[in-house]
Amino acid sequence: MGAQKKGSSRVSEDAEELARNPLQAILLADSFTTKFRPITLERPKVLLPLVNVPMIDYTLAWLESAGVEEVFIFCCAHSRQVMDYLESSGWHKQPNFTVAMIESNNSISAGDALRLIYERNVIHGDFVLVSGDTVSNMSLTHAVKEHKERRKKDNNAVMTMVIKKSKPSPVIHQSRLGTDELFMAIDPDTKQLLCYEERGEHPRGAISLENSLLADNPSISLHNDKQASSFYMLRFSFLYMQIYGISIFNIDCYIDICSQEVLSLFTDNFDYQHLRRHFVKGLLVDDIMGYKIFTHEIHSSYAARIDNYRSYDTISKDIIQRWTYPFVPDVRFSANCTTKLEREGMYKAPEIQQSRSAHIGPFTVIGKGTRIGDDSRITHSVIGEGCTIGSNVSIVGSYIWNNVTIEDGCELRHAIVCDGVIIKAAATLEPGVVLSFKVVIGRGFVVPAYSKVSLFQQPTAQDSDEELEYADSSSGTIDPSIADAGNKLNGDIVSESSQMQDWSTSQLGPGGAGFIWSACDGGCEEEWRHSVAPIPTDQLAKALLAIEEDLEIVKVSDSALTPSGELEPGSDDDDSDNMDDSNVDTVDFEKEAEATFLRAAQDNIAVDDLILEMNSLRLSYNKSAGDCTGALFYPMMKLALESPHNTAVELQKNVASVVSKWHKLFEVLAKEVDDQIELIMKFEEMCLESTKEFAPIFSQILYLLYEREIIGEEAILRWDDERKDADESDRVFVKQSEKFIQWLREADEEED
Amino acid sequence: MPDVQALVNDFLNKLKKRKIEGSQATAKQTAELLRSVISQQRVPYTNQAGALIDSVRAIGEQLIAANPIELAVGNIVRRVLHIIREEDLSLTTAAVTELNLSTISDDDDDDGGGNQDDHPVLSAAAVAAAARSSLRPPSLQMLLEGAPEFVAVPRSSSSGGDSEGKSKSMDRNSRTRKLKHDVIEAVNELIQDITTCHELIAEQAVEHIHQNEVILTLGSSKTVLEFLCAAKEKKRSFRVFVAEGAPRYQGHLLAKELAARGLQTTVITDSAVFAMISRVNMVIVGSHAVMANGGVIAPVGMNMVALAAQKHAVPFVVLAGIHKLCPLYPHNPEVLLNELRSPSELLDFGEFSDCLDFGSGDGSPLLHVVNPTFDYVPPKVVSLFITDTGGHNPSYMYRLIADYYSADDLVVQRRHSAVN
Repeated sequence: MGAQKKGSSRVSEDAEELARNPLQAILLADSFTTKFRPITLERPKVLLPLVNVPMIDYTLAWLESAGVEEVFIFCCAHSRQVMDYLESSGWHKQPNFTVAMIESNNSISAGDALRLIYERNVIHGDFVLVSGDTVSNMSLTHAVKEHKERRKKDNNAVMTMVIKKSKPSPVIHQSRLGTDELFMAIDPDTKQLLCYEERGEHPRGAISLENSLLADNPSISLHNDKQASSFYMLRFSFLYMQIYGISIFNIDCYIDICSQEVLSLFTDNFDYQHLRRHFVKGLLVDDIMGYKIFTHEIHSSYAARIDNYRSYDTISKDIIQRWTYPFVPDVRFSANCTTKLEREGMYKAPEIQQSRSAHIGPFTVIGKGTRIGDDSRITHSVIGEGCTIGSNVSIVGSYIWNNVTIEDGCELRHAIVCDGVIIKAAATLEPGVVLSFKVVIGRGFVVPAYSKVSLFQQPTAQDSDEELEYADSSSGTIDPSIADAGNKLNGDIVSESSQMQDWSTSQLGPGGAGFIWSACDGGCEEEWRHSVAPIPTDQLAKALLAIEEDLEIVKVSDSALTPSGELEPGSDDDDSDNMDDSNVDTVDFEKEAEATFLRAAQDNIAVDDLILEMNSLRLSYNKSAGDCTGALFYPMMKLALESPHNTAVELQKNVASVVSKWHKLFEVLAKEVDDQIELIMKFEEMCLESTKEFAPIFSQILYLLYEREIIGEEAILRWDDERKDADESDRVFVKQSEKFIQWLREADEEED
Repeated sequence: MPDVQALVNDFLNKLKKRKIEGSQATAKQTAELLRSVISQQRVPYTNQAGALIDSVRAIGEQLIAANPIELAVGNIVRRVLHIIREEDLSLTTAAVTELNLSTISDDDDDDGGGNQDDHPVLSAAAVAAAARSSLRPPSLQMLLEGAPEFVAVPRSSSSGGDSEGKSKSMDRNSRTRKLKHDVIEAVNELIQDITTCHELIAEQAVEHIHQNEVILTLGSSKTVLEFLCAAKEKKRSFRVFVAEGAPRYQGHLLAKELAARGLQTTVITDSAVFAMISRVNMVIVGSHAVMANGGVIAPVGMNMVALAAQKHAVPFVVLAGIHKLCPLYPHNPEVLLNELRSPSELLDFGEFSDCLDFGSGDGSPLLHVVNPTFDYVPPKVVSLFITDTGGHNPSYMYRLIADYYSADDLVVQRRHSAVN
């Protein structure tokens, strides 16, 4: 907590910094999702009011104050509405801030949008990529500077992601923003992003993450050999971070500072659609051209993105609680009207008519020209402009947009009510209800929880592609009908009344108008997760339980190792599940070890580094040192086998050279006699099964290993002892090396 | 005109987004903006003052609405309005006096009726004009005793009137230009005053700070810094306690600056003020605004310091440049006493995100964070105000303020027909 920078100085710095090269931004005014349906059928998401100000105003005001000089707004769905709004809102008239529109009719994803922008060739340098539903007050100067400096050093650092640390409590993510939990692995020194996983994709969570992380890392490390050893150290710390859950709880703010390459990458990889799912993961996993993504962590500033109804609710409340200062209702950052902040976080616009007996509770925003009747109670809610609220109405935690009429005795809990809705007397909205534009709720009707009501029928042909914000225009049938219906609704009374008659047999009680949408994708059980209503306690408990179970899995596998890396006895559970797991793990581990060794051999990595890597691998799979030597010995011999040879003698020479190169590895890993016996047995097995070429020269190689001090005398003797009682078939190699063993025993006796 | 509109929009934007910080910077920019507004304003043949007042008021209204918490904007708008009225009055008076002097009872009716002047107003205007020309505001004493000033008035105005030609049309024409010219001159003077107010206040430092004293201050104020350094330059040796001024901790910056200038400085926490006050000889603080009743709007925590000083009978001295004197009372509905800033200045959002969870429970978090910016310090705990015109008692502030503003302008928002 140091002294805060003064606002004025920050601004002037911005100006200096950006004078040379104007900072550009791309604002995607289309979310390419259907999360806000049915509202987004009629109005684009970016124009939906957030605390009585359209979302896009928050984003633009922030970009403007953060020193961005040129913004390209990409719009697709309802592009006409977005353009009309921007023209009327006066964003075009700002000095030192130009807003340009890029319109498209056939883009269905962020990938398409960026490809189109690349074609237009308007971006000339680093740019900020945000979506039109971002609320933030962070200063971009620092992040952009960091990005540019990193670019100077490393041309492959194409993107800087803004992240925010959150409390390591797994429930928070879901209950705050309604998004899936994210796992990000970040290099603590360089801030490079190494792994990005959404929890939804990996039910096993942390464990699968570790595997993939480990699988990824060697390949990354090979690109910077010089720092290899430090990198391995790093991976150690990752392991512990993962195990103890430190670095994974970050919030992705969906604010990216990108270099021009990002656009061309999207064009090159035309199948990239989703910015995170395809692009970021693509760069991390496929490792294209060695491009890297870095992160910038913000501490005191605010940044969040409205992804669904739950984050709409959370961010609204954050705004009311002023975390987004100066973008709060009583500061006129856009064309919003003057609002006064009163006690207990009550924001009141002018010209409100409020009955004396009406009670307006804390953290409530009331828009201009709203009338509130007797004995009505409003708490934790946002009421838009020109609303009429009758008497004895109870409104809790709801978002009521403009020109809504709520008649006497209604009860609203945690609902979103769009423009022009009429709720007739004594109707009730249960938690999580969304009423789209101009819906009429009949007298005394109870709208069931989590239902979505719209004047439009739910699109029957469910397009499987959920990347669309609005009904696909390519079909060309739905759009005109929407427009028609809209005209009808706005238009003359005759058509409206005729429609009213249609509604007479409505699902929404007497005089109601609208269709209740059946729960769409994800099913009913998912509804609570994304709705504005608080999560019911039983669901929360369930979610908690699920998360705890997940953590349990992590703990079971972790309990075996203390920070020093030693094994704790008795930690192996006798669970049959666990046994299965460990079997699978063993195979995985051996493959992994083999791959690691071969890579190391190919790229001539120092033995010390390989040892370090093997150790970390061993710890992550919870294996003993014996497993490790066994797993390593096989690829080593295979390596010798694969190098060209004609006779057994040459093969022996090959083995000798390989062994002499890597003997240190075994010296470290196979210190114990038991491990060495394991090694001999593994070799035996190999000679019998997979690599029979070694069978004739078994004793020679055994001697070689002895000479190189990989296998000790004691191990060989004990192996001999163990094999004494075995079947004849198992004693083939013992016999073969009988002379050698004999010699060993004699030498032993002589010493005595 | 369009470029003025652009200037106004630009400034409005900055105000709205809280991009200008500090009342001095705001005041100066407001005055400069209004100066260009006046210079661009076309003046009609008659009722020039009215036209100027209307245009300044229209823009002032927007400026005040853009950032109602920054009272300096409103102060400067009112000052400029007052200047226009005064200049107009003094010109009229000059004309009348000239007429009275040259053609004593020639055409009394038509001129006197046209100018709506009578003698009490004349004398007040004369006093005001005299006061400005001598760069000293009229004090109550002056009004009671002040013979010498009265003598000066006719002389100065008649000397001004000499250039005004002989025929009436010539007179009117030059008056049009003269009014605008005079107003711009006066606004320039105002800007000059705002720029130099630190120095004028700092000049008085030696009168208040004595050898080996201990001075306590809170937060950071440029005026206080200059004041203390001026005393230091005059070879006074004293010590300064700086309360850090949570949550923005600007006291740290002040302490750094003071130490750099060679002053013995001690940083204390805000909560240690009561513990340290018994060693302190004088509390010197800056302010955000001084209200008409002598109450002070100051950075948060100031009232506690004032109460501590009162409890231990330590003088509590407030430094205020002229742009901080506000003609409103704290109970006026136009006055926004406080602004709540982002809670992130108090605590880290990430650390407390689990307490701010809206998704569970009944949808309202149990943790609220409130971060007010200002404190109101009542006049009874203030010992002395030091403005650029000298030291004043809190109870005298209303009088001082009355000299700078005219009562017609107190409410800028409400449009009523121009007085002149």
